[in-house]
Formats: sequence, structure tokens, C-alpha cells
Amino acid sequence: MSTHVEKDAVTGTDTTGHEWDGIRELNTPLPSWWVYVFWACIVWSVGYWVVYPSWPSATDYLKGTFGTTNRTQLHETLNNVAAERAPYMERLAALDLHEVANDAELLNFSMAGGKAVFADNCAPCHGTGGVGNPGYPSLLDDDWLWGGTLDDISQTLHAGVRWTENPDTRFNEMPAFGRDELLSRDEIGDVVQYVLAFSGRETDATAARRGAEVFEFNCASCHGEDGKGIQELGGPNLTDGIWLYGGDVATITETVTNSRGGVMPAWEGRLDEETIKMLAVYVHSLGGGQ
Amino acid sequence: MAIPRTQHSDPANPAISNLQPAAELAEDDRDHPLFETRKKVYPKRVSGKFRNLKWVALIVLLLIYWVVPWLRWDRGPSAPDQAVLIDMDLGRAYFFFIEIWPQEVYYITGLLILAAVGLFLATSLFGRIWCGYGCPQTVWTDLFMLVERYIQGDRNARMKLDKSPWGFEKIWKLGTTHLAWLVISAATGGAFVLYFHDAATVVRDVFTGNASVGVYSTIAFLTGSTYLLAGWAREQVCTYMCPWPRFQSAMLDEESMIVTYEGWRGETRGPIKRKNLARGEVPETGHCIDCYACFNVCPTGVDIRDGLQLECIGCGLCIDACNEMMDKVGFPRDLVRFDSIQNTRLREHGQATRTRIIRPRTIFYSFLVVLVSAVMAFGLFNRETLEVNVLRDRNPLFVPLSNGDVRNGYTLKILNKEQAEKTFILTATGVDVRDFQVIGLTPNQNGDFELDVAPDRVGSFRVFVAADPAVLQDEATPMDFTVTDKVTGATKTYDTVFAGPKK
Repeated sequence: MSTHVEKDAVTGTDTTGHEWDGIRELNTPLPSWWVYVFWACIVWSVGYWVVYPSWPSATDYLKGTFGTTNRTQLHETLNNVAAERAPYMERLAALDLHEVANDAELLNFSMAGGKAVFADNCAPCHGTGGVGNPGYPSLLDDDWLWGGTLDDISQTLHAGVRWTENPDTRFNEMPAFGRDELLSRDEIGDVVQYVLAFSGRETDATAARRGAEVFEFNCASCHGEDGKGIQELGGPNLTDGIWLYGGDVATITETVTNSRGGVMPAWEGRLDEETIKMLAVYVHSLGGGQ
Repeated sequence: MAIPRTQHSDPANPAISNLQPAAELAEDDRDHPLFETRKKVYPKRVSGKFRNLKWVALIVLLLIYWVVPWLRWDRGPSAPDQAVLIDMDLGRAYFFFIEIWPQEVYYITGLLILAAVGLFLATSLFGRIWCGYGCPQTVWTDLFMLVERYIQGDRNARMKLDKSPWGFEKIWKLGTTHLAWLVISAATGGAFVLYFHDAATVVRDVFTGNASVGVYSTIAFLTGSTYLLAGWAREQVCTYMCPWPRFQSAMLDEESMIVTYEGWRGETRGPIKRKNLARGEVPETGHCIDCYACFNVCPTGVDIRDGLQLECIGCGLCIDACNEMMDKVGFPRDLVRFDSIQNTRLREHGQATRTRIIRPRTIFYSFLVVLVSAVMAFGLFNRETLEVNVLRDRNPLFVPLSNGDVRNGYTLKILNKEQAEKTFILTATGVDVRDFQVIGLTPNQNGDFELDVAPDRVGSFRVFVAADPAVLQDEATPMDFTVTDKVTGATKTYDTVFAGPKK
């Protein structure tokens, strides 16, 4: 490799003086302004070491004079959001549920806010937008296990269902008639036929007649003599076409044999009062509210 | 065209390489860099008809830019009173009596088409008058040159100053020039944000430090771009950055009025002394005295005597400069003139000139302008002030109720584009409705729901409709929502469907 700088006759530019297998390179340095900007950027970058978190040490790191961390930035953002919401939240706190639902502005705020909270906390069981899942009730229809008024919904949200940690929780327990041998297989078969008749389906009429007696002694205390359910006790209505676990013979037989009992956590303490109010108003606005 | 291959690298003979002496290569075959180093342009002061026109354009356009945001237009209490305002937060654009919503942005498309076709029309008639007089790049560059000339002096003084070594005078003069440019740039960037916010409020916010980051960064960006484009880049913007000069020749024909040099009468050019004439005597040919007055005043640094060229922005300052010289030496004016190429030829052959404004090309462009304007005007004057949109719930499609009915959910949006609060009555037809509810509202004594929508706003309502599945035609039964203005009776209907179980 030679270091012989020549002037290229065609362009009039010096070569770099290096030669590789007969190839020589013209020396066309970067424009000086570019180089200055480059150096200025390097100098500027030193400032970042001072003001922002930079070098790690053995146990800690250099914090920087601005005290910036992702956590403080997150808190700042959250505080800004909270500040924007504050006027609504204050009114939510001051008013009772019915006043909130009758105030057009707060109704809108609660429906939008409740929707977001629902998606975070409720949708895993109740489905997106409250459509429900097998075993988890749909919140869109007008069939309520524990009542569909604003107050009922609020109470369920606060205390949960079969959530034994909360003393006010909604609680009932269906006996496992088959498993605990309270009823024989035949009796269960009969009562299932009787239950099917409630929602107007074809049944074995003689079995259903036998089942009526079984129903009266074992089921009517919770589901009502007419099978329409007793909401105060959380006894589901068996006469409508809406089934939480399924309304076919096999599923109803399984329900009677082994019992059912879904659990919903109490949200009191997990969510603040204003959020529970928003949720109650949102769920009530989904179409089935009473 | 084949690119001439001049350098042959022969691997067998390394002595033959690209370091061959240049003398062996033909002039045209040499490798030139693809980019030309900028030759700084020092336009000389000039006065005359075209310069005056350019001053008028400059003053009028700058006044429009800086004054318009301060004009007021009363729209009532529910809308801002700024005559021209684009409110990005709310999504409304106001232009005097016109107001558009985001979904009506097709008016902008119409405006852009009009601007393009208008530009084509103007160009086919008068060459690049937009470039020479109307373009912001031209207007601000002209303003910057005025400042530069005021502080540093005219062409010769500026050239001398640039060449002189750094000293107090140079620093002082260049410093004040750049400072003045920056002030103008900041005023330019500052005025831009006035079109997007209430002018007085945003000015106060900017100076008290309360404006948004968006406002400050917009001002900073436009200050920077104005300073760079009008102060430094200047004619390079027109020559290298702007696409318009590249295809403007497609709009021109031999009858377009452009800035031309009458070569037939100017050539052979030469200094007046060599023409060997007594003062005031007009030579047969060769009126061009090769004084370079036309070149010296040109803001893009072209020599108009080379004919129509890409860099020429058609401002006509060279006409003023040439006329001044022609008057001085006593030759006929308009050696450089604003005329068509055809007329130049006709004059060359001693025939009568004719200027034809109405040509197939201009008829076509005018027709397009009229057509687009008519469509826009029709659209604007028949603008709907009431619109309804219905979004049907899709998850789930329908909800079975305990009494066997099925219920559908809808989100109804009413766009009230009037500056008055409106009350609408909502009805659903097409399906035998068993239950009808609007969340948050109770029906009036007639059983109708009254939906209130604030002035110039969108009202959003959750609507639930229940029907007996037995009466439904199909999985999807057509259904209409109709809203009726309670006062005027104006109605708007939206076709949707009612979903039910499979039959």
C-alpha cells in the first residue's frame, strides 16, 4: 500500500494516497458544516449525561438533574388525566346513583368510563360488552338473577356473588340433588321433564306430572311454584328461554344432579366508589336495566 | 442516448486507469459532478411596470396573510367569531359564511382541483405568473431581498461585502440582515398558527408562555423554514425543490404570453460602442448592447437571452431593466418583452401580431374551472345541515329477552350543523316494534322520544328496539330510523336492519 497522494486529472481532486490492487480513491471529505454539526451533536450529548439518568454504577445509577424516570412520567400522565376527570368524579361522588343516571352529562361520562372499566375488570367473565359466556350471565338481556335495578346492580358489584370474604355478598346454594342422593335418578329425570315444560317445550307428559311433585317439594322454595324464580333469593327464572348453563335435557340434568354456583368477586375496596357508580350505570344502560 | 464510456480499466494493464491525463478526453466526455455548486445571485434593484406590479402583489398578499386572522364574523354564541379559522380540536373549519365539518373535507379536494386547474389556465395564458408574483416563496424571497438591499446596499455593494474580510462592518451588516430575516420569519410562523386558534387568545398565550407545545413547535418550524427558504435557499427552491417548473412547459404553447427576448432584433449583441452609432441612432439589427442589465436584476440568476428556461420564474423584472437601458441608449423598448413566441416570430417577419386568449387549451381549462366551481357551489348551497348515522351493535347481533322477544341495540348519531339547539323526535319503522327505549330519556306524553342536540354538535344516543321474532321476515329485516325536527318538521331517515334468529 503506497501513500502517494496524486492529483486526479479528470476531476482535479487529490487521491487519498492509498492503493489497493490498482484502485485508488479520490479524497472527497465530508462538507465542513456537516463535520461541525457532528461534533456539535457529540458535545450536546454530554448534556444528556448530566440531566437524564445515564451511567450505571455498581449498586445504583446516575440519576440526572431532571430527576426523570419512566415512573414519574407515568404518574404525571395519570395525574393529568385525573385532573381532567376531577370535576366529573367530584360530582359522581356527591350524587347518588339515580341522580347520576338522570344527569345527561354524567350518564355519558359514566357510560364511557364504565365501558373502559368493564373491559378491564368484567369482560374476562361477562364477555366483551357484557354478552356473557356459558356460566357467566349476559348483562344485556332483561333476565336478572339478583335484580336489574340500579341499586341491585350496585349491590352485586359491591358485595359480589358467593364471595364469602364479604359479609353482604349475594349468597344461595343449590343442593346437588343427585350427587348427595337427595333425589333418585328417576326423580331427577322426571323433574327435568317438568322444568322443560315451563319454557313451553315438548316433554314426556307423564314424567312431567310426576316431576311436578318433586319440583314442589325440592325446588319451588327457591325457584317459585310457577318456576319464575325468586329474585330476592337469587333463584333463577326457569320459564324464559334464557339459560345460564344451557337449557337442553343433558345440561339441566347435570345441573340438578351436581348443582351450580358461580362466583363473582366483590368490587368494593378493589374499585373506588365513583368507579363502581360508573360501572353500575354502564351495566344498567346496556339494555336490560330495570 | 448512450452515455459515452470514456474510462476503460484494463485489468491486464494497470497503467491504464482513470488517472489518464484529461487532455486525451473530449470536452463533453469528462466526468462532471452531477450537482452544480450554487452561484450566489445578487439581484440588482430595478424599477418599472413589472416591478411595481410585483410590489403591489407583495403588499396585497402579505396583508392578506397577516390581516385575515383578525377579521371577525358573527356566527352567534355557539361558534367562534373569527372569519377564517380551522379549529383542529373541535374539527370545524370556518371561512366567513362557510362552515365545514371533517367529513366534508371533499370541499378541500375541490379547492385543490380548482387551484391546480386555475394554475394551468393562468400558465397557458400568461406563463409562470404564479411563480413570479403569487407563490409564497417568491413573495417572501422578495421581502427578504428588500431587507437585504436596505441594509447591505445594492448588487455591487453586496458582492463587495461578501468578498471583503470579516470585520466590524461585515459582521454588523450581515448580523442585522439575518436578525431582520429571523424577525420576519418569526412573524410569518407566528401568523400561521392564528388561522388555527382564536387569534387574540393565541397571541397572548404565545407571549405569556401558555400556548401548547404544538403551537410553539409550529411557529419554530415555520420560522426556520421561512428563514432557510427565503433567506438562504431562494431560487434553489424553484429550480430544485419545486415540481411545478418541471412540467409547466406542458401548459405552454406558442401563443402563451411569456417573458421573451426578441433575438431577431437583439442579435448580434455587442457593446454600444462597437455598434459605431451616433447616440440615438437605431441600428438595423443588434439592439442588445450586452449590458447584462437583464441578468443583473434576475432573482433566479438566469440570462433571459438564452430563451425560455426552467429557472425563469416569469417575473418580468428583466423587461423593466432592459427598457431602462433601451431608453437610455435611445433604442426601441421591449427588446425583452412580455409576449408570445408566435408574436416574436410574426414581428421578425414584419407581420401584424395577434394575441389569442381563446384557444382550445384555455377553453378546456376554463371549462374545468367553471365545472368544478359549479359543483362546489352546488354542494355548498345544498349542504345538509342535518345528518343521521346509525351504527348497529354487532356483538351480539341481537339479545333474546325473557319474554321471547329479541332486542337490537343501535348507536344513533345526529349531526346538527346549525347554530341552534335542536330537538328531534325519533321513530322506527319497518318492524313491528314491541319495546323502544333511548338510554337516559323517558318518552313524552305522546310516547315519543325527544332527542336534544346542542348547536353545531353531534348528538349520540343509545337506542334499543325489541320485536317478536315471529313477525320478522328474516335474519335481517329492513328497518328505518327517522328523526324529525320538532320545530321545522325537517326529517332525515337512515336505513338499517333489525337482526333476529335464523328462520
